Amino acid sequence: MNIRKYIFRRVISSLLTLFIVITLTFFMMRAIPGGPFTDEKAIPSFVLEKMMSRYNLNDNLFVQYGRYLLNVLCLDLGPSYRYEGMTVNELIAGSFPVSFMVGGIALILALVVGIPAGIISALKRGQWQDRLAMILATLGVTVPSFVIAAALVYLFAWRWGIVTVGFWEGISTAVLPALTLAGYPAAFISRLVRSGMLEILQQDYIRTAYAKGLSERAVIYIHALKNAIIPVITYLGPLTAGILTGSFVVEQVFGVPGLGSFFVTSITNRDYTTIMGVTIFYSALLVLFNLIADLCLAVVDPRIKLR
Amino acid sequence: MYDRALFEPLTLEEKLDAEVVSSSRSYWRDVWLRLKSDKLAAFGLIVILMILMLAIFGPMISPYEYDAQDFMISNEPPNFSHWFGTDMFGRDLFVRVLYGARISLAVGFLASFISLFIGVIYGGISGFAGGRLDEVMMRIVDVIYSVPMMIYVILLMVVVGPGLKSIFITLGISYWAPMARIVRAEVMRLKNEEFILAAKVLGASSRRILLRHLIPNAMGPVLVTLTFSIPGAIFTEAFLSFVGLGVSAPMASWGVLCNDAVGSLAVYPYQLFFPAAAISITILAFNFLGDGLRDALDPRMRK
Repeated sequence: MNIRKYIFRRVISSLLTLFIVITLTFFMMRAIPGGPFTDEKAIPSFVLEKMMSRYNLNDNLFVQYGRYLLNVLCLDLGPSYRYEGMTVNELIAGSFPVSFMVGGIALILALVVGIPAGIISALKRGQWQDRLAMILATLGVTVPSFVIAAALVYLFAWRWGIVTVGFWEGISTAVLPALTLAGYPAAFISRLVRSGMLEILQQDYIRTAYAKGLSERAVIYIHALKNAIIPVITYLGPLTAGILTGSFVVEQVFGVPGLGSFFVTSITNRDYTTIMGVTIFYSALLVLFNLIADLCLAVVDPRIKLR
Repeated sequence: MYDRALFEPLTLEEKLDAEVVSSSRSYWRDVWLRLKSDKLAAFGLIVILMILMLAIFGPMISPYEYDAQDFMISNEPPNFSHWFGTDMFGRDLFVRVLYGARISLAVGFLASFISLFIGVIYGGISGFAGGRLDEVMMRIVDVIYSVPMMIYVILLMVVVGPGLKSIFITLGISYWAPMARIVRAEVMRLKNEEFILAAKVLGASSRRILLRHLIPNAMGPVLVTLTFSIPGAIFTEAFLSFVGLGVSAPMASWGVLCNDAVGSLAVYPYQLFFPAAAISITILAFNFLGDGLRDALDPRMRK
């Protein structure tokens, strides 16, 4: 199968996934007992009636579903039930850039720390560098992100007073949350690279490369790394998911006004359209990253069978 | 002929002594021996057993109740009568962490067993049936894989409402996809083996072949996945509690304890330290055990 056909198929299956996600989200939200306007204080029935018809909630369920699907297709996620006069699109547009910055820094940090750490510990296998890296990596995958977040807040903000926490001042306040978010993926990546490297360094083509008289540097960084990095690319999708979901608590702890903390607030507020909208947005993002990862993989590694 | 008087018949013991065959060791005994000799895995197993013991018996032995409030002793730092100190309501933190272990471990085990059950059945059917059905079932798993699960767990929790039971169910029905994939792969590998053919020839029904022959033989990788999915569930529960969708007060899982402690972190950091350490140690122990188990099941995989 040629690559164009492969891309086409992957795009179609991604769209199908998104469609299922939207459907699932819609019907799940509708399955919640009590309407979106159920409150501790009883709303007069005529007000409720007005609100129901304002948001077209009196129509047949499938009519509503069809309308919602059409709207999402036009990239319109509808109005928020709780934030007066705001659409979900505006809410996402307002808070996502902040999350994007923090998440982006975290992603870069994870790659920049994880890959070299993996290479070094593979090359110095069994020596102290390897031990240290692997101890750190094990800690990175076992300590929950909210604990790391709290510890960093305690040390940097309360004990040493180096940074302020709780209000947003752009990039300078993005460092600690990004550091927290990068912890798990960096640990995971370094383990992936280490085991990949160890396996590849024993292969015949590496011996051939040495035999040709190439320098160690060229063999490791060009020949071996190219193959050792492949699992990392596959991990790109889950990595994004991890950073996204990690952002829920990390943003809350650090007081970052991003989409993650916003999502958590909308859950406590029972702001159903916002929950739906953000869920769909996150899923779309993840599906996109999975797609990019798969396409990169197909380009990088010609041995991958294009299914 | 020979002179019988020159020879003496062997006694039974001597006969057995002459046999050079050692007693045959079953596969699982082999695995157990390899696991025992792996220091980290043995350490992990011991730690898990200790935490289990503490969770079961600790709250019974402790002189304090997990929900007994005493405002005279609120926010005491760790001391001799309260090893981990007390929280803002004067509740003994040590017994609360032990009690939290019950809930967190119960979530870990039960949720994992539910997902194991679903995954094994789903993967077993998919792998055994093959063809069209397998294709469709695996596409469904692919879709589940490409969905950010945590968000769906949160959504499901919003739908079913917070509480211990909903956490079991939600986590159980959300995280079975990896298990299904692994069981399917194992079943696909095994179903062309001779012992399956033999069972077929003997007239065993598909159901019997699947439940009695294929799935039991696929248990190795399933067990490894289980040791990784238990800490995963504990992690997720802690996360959900932290977001405010966990068990409700005065019950407390480790995640709830952490969440409670974050508010007063600046003044009483020890209140976060103990539950956080409990989570980390447990997850670490399960990771060690899982790694060891994987190596023990398949020594060729050892790196």
